[in-house]
Amino acid sequence: MENIINLKDIVVEFEDGERILKNINLDIKDKEFVTFLGPSGCGKTTTLRIIGGFLEQTSGDVFFEGKCINGLPPHKRNVNTVFQRYALFPHLNVYENIAFGLRVKKVPEKEILKRVGEMLEMVNLMGFEKRSVNRLSGGQQQRVAIARALVNHPKVLLLDEPLGALDLKLRKEMQIELRKIQQELELTFVYVTHDQEEALTMSDSIVVMNNGYIQQIGSPTDIYNEPINAFVADFIGESNIINGSMPEDCVVEFAGKRFPCVDKGFSPDETVDVVIRPEDVKIIPVEKAQLTGKVESVVFKGVHYEMSVDSVDNNWIIHSTKACPVGSMIGMTFDPDDIHIMKKSEGD
Amino acid sequence: MKLKYFSAPYLVWMVVFIVVPLLMIVYFAFTTDDGNFTIKYISDVGQYANIFVRSIWLSLIATAVCLVVAYPVAFILSRMDKHKQGTMLMIVMLPMWMNFLLRTYAWMTILGNNGIINHLFNLIGLDSVKLINTSGAVVLGMVYNYLPFMILPLYSVMEKIDKSLFEASADLGCNSASTLFRVIIPLSMPGITSGITMVFVPAISTFIISRMLGGGSNLLIGDLIEMQFLGNAYNPHLGAAISLVLMVIILVIMTVMNQFDPDEQVLM
Repeated sequence: MENIINLKDIVVEFEDGERILKNINLDIKDKEFVTFLGPSGCGKTTTLRIIGGFLEQTSGDVFFEGKCINGLPPHKRNVNTVFQRYALFPHLNVYENIAFGLRVKKVPEKEILKRVGEMLEMVNLMGFEKRSVNRLSGGQQQRVAIARALVNHPKVLLLDEPLGALDLKLRKEMQIELRKIQQELELTFVYVTHDQEEALTMSDSIVVMNNGYIQQIGSPTDIYNEPINAFVADFIGESNIINGSMPEDCVVEFAGKRFPCVDKGFSPDETVDVVIRPEDVKIIPVEKAQLTGKVESVVFKGVHYEMSVDSVDNNWIIHSTKACPVGSMIGMTFDPDDIHIMKKSEGD
Repeated sequence: MKLKYFSAPYLVWMVVFIVVPLLMIVYFAFTTDDGNFTIKYISDVGQYANIFVRSIWLSLIATAVCLVVAYPVAFILSRMDKHKQGTMLMIVMLPMWMNFLLRTYAWMTILGNNGIINHLFNLIGLDSVKLINTSGAVVLGMVYNYLPFMILPLYSVMEKIDKSLFEASADLGCNSASTLFRVIIPLSMPGITSGITMVFVPAISTFIISRMLGGGSNLLIGDLIEMQFLGNAYNPHLGAAISLVLMVIILVIMTVMNQFDPDEQVLM
């Protein structure tokens, strides 16, 4: 697959000297569903706005299909955007909202009718043509916004937290629907969200961002299973992050005990972050365990129980289908390949 | 609802000071001095057709100039930082804190035959130009006095337009000009109609501005009405008839105007 968008050394600095993006380098492949994931203020929306042309980078280059598009205004870029709060035109009805981009391009009326019709069918809004957009539900407005962008046949669709305002059930439906649309139309989607589950569900590739830096780029499975640092591990799903050290290859020491692991290549006794997913902590009888703890609380989460366990100098979160009574002592153990060792992230 | 009793004072006020005077105007317009019904005065209004035409024409020009000047001002104002907006609005309102007569007198000094502008012209070797006592001066006076009434409604409508709509419009292929015509103007239509109303109605019935800046040659309806009540041509019946005709004209123009208000269409 070929790259459709390249970002090279992008820096964005606001007038007050605040650096929003610090050297972003990113290649987005054609026909890929890419998600920018990160906490609010991490620069993900800023990166999207750079691609859309709504914001000019302080330095660096943006390439679209190999051509540099620095300074090209939004209306000349072959991308369309689904905005955070939809930004539908309140003075136009559903049909005219969707037809907006085509009318600007002076597309013949007959073709507008056909293309808007196709879009309405795709987003399941047939019969709503004449409806005022102010009288649509959040989910319907969302669909109009998607149709309004896609009717222009952009090469790339930018989506800025488009599902943020919807309730959980509707959000899940729309996630699947968006993914389906992306695959059917074979388009590149660049999606911004702070919801890690959403990112894992929909994306081909996830770009985890924090503090204006890209932390990790990879497939959902890679990001989840092989987080590159404690930040990514913590942000993608819950994690137990413990201070440890590496006395030798494939052995990690934490909580005063040594455990076998699969990571190598650290300098002797290098301090590291040890990351263990809550579902990877196995509960065993106390007498067989190296590490023990006291159950502080148990919360039923539907599929599993979430237990908070107080151990030597750490508090562990454990997900298990079986609940242990509050106050009881339990033993904990881990498979070697469930222990993820990460270099201490530089303190930025 | 007990609350509605609180509106009683206003209701009384409205009846005494609005409804009753209106009925009196109608009564005076259709009666003679001894109280007999007549349409003489109403038909007499026809003699002043040229004054009506001039009034409508000059206030239309003034309204159009106000709209053209106020529109970009209101737009820029609405896109400023919130804390700057307050200061700028105050500057827009500032002239209104001064007495209306005083402001118009000031223009007399500026435009007069030996006024400031002509004085400057003479200084740089140009001949004096007749500025005062022209219809242009009347229009200028109207624009100057009523401009804030155009800026404020436009500003309050534009200020509510979400910035993301401009981005959406750019995203969908609009340059600045087509964003103006496809998004900004349609969305500011309610402000445009109320701004036009608020400038046109006082402009068409003004009499001070035309008297002070227009001289005797630019008589407007307002002057005509005033003359019937306070001037030498004392004739309250004719004055009432002219007022009535003026009201009907304004009503017709406003009804036509409201057809352009998009809110009305949505409700149908």
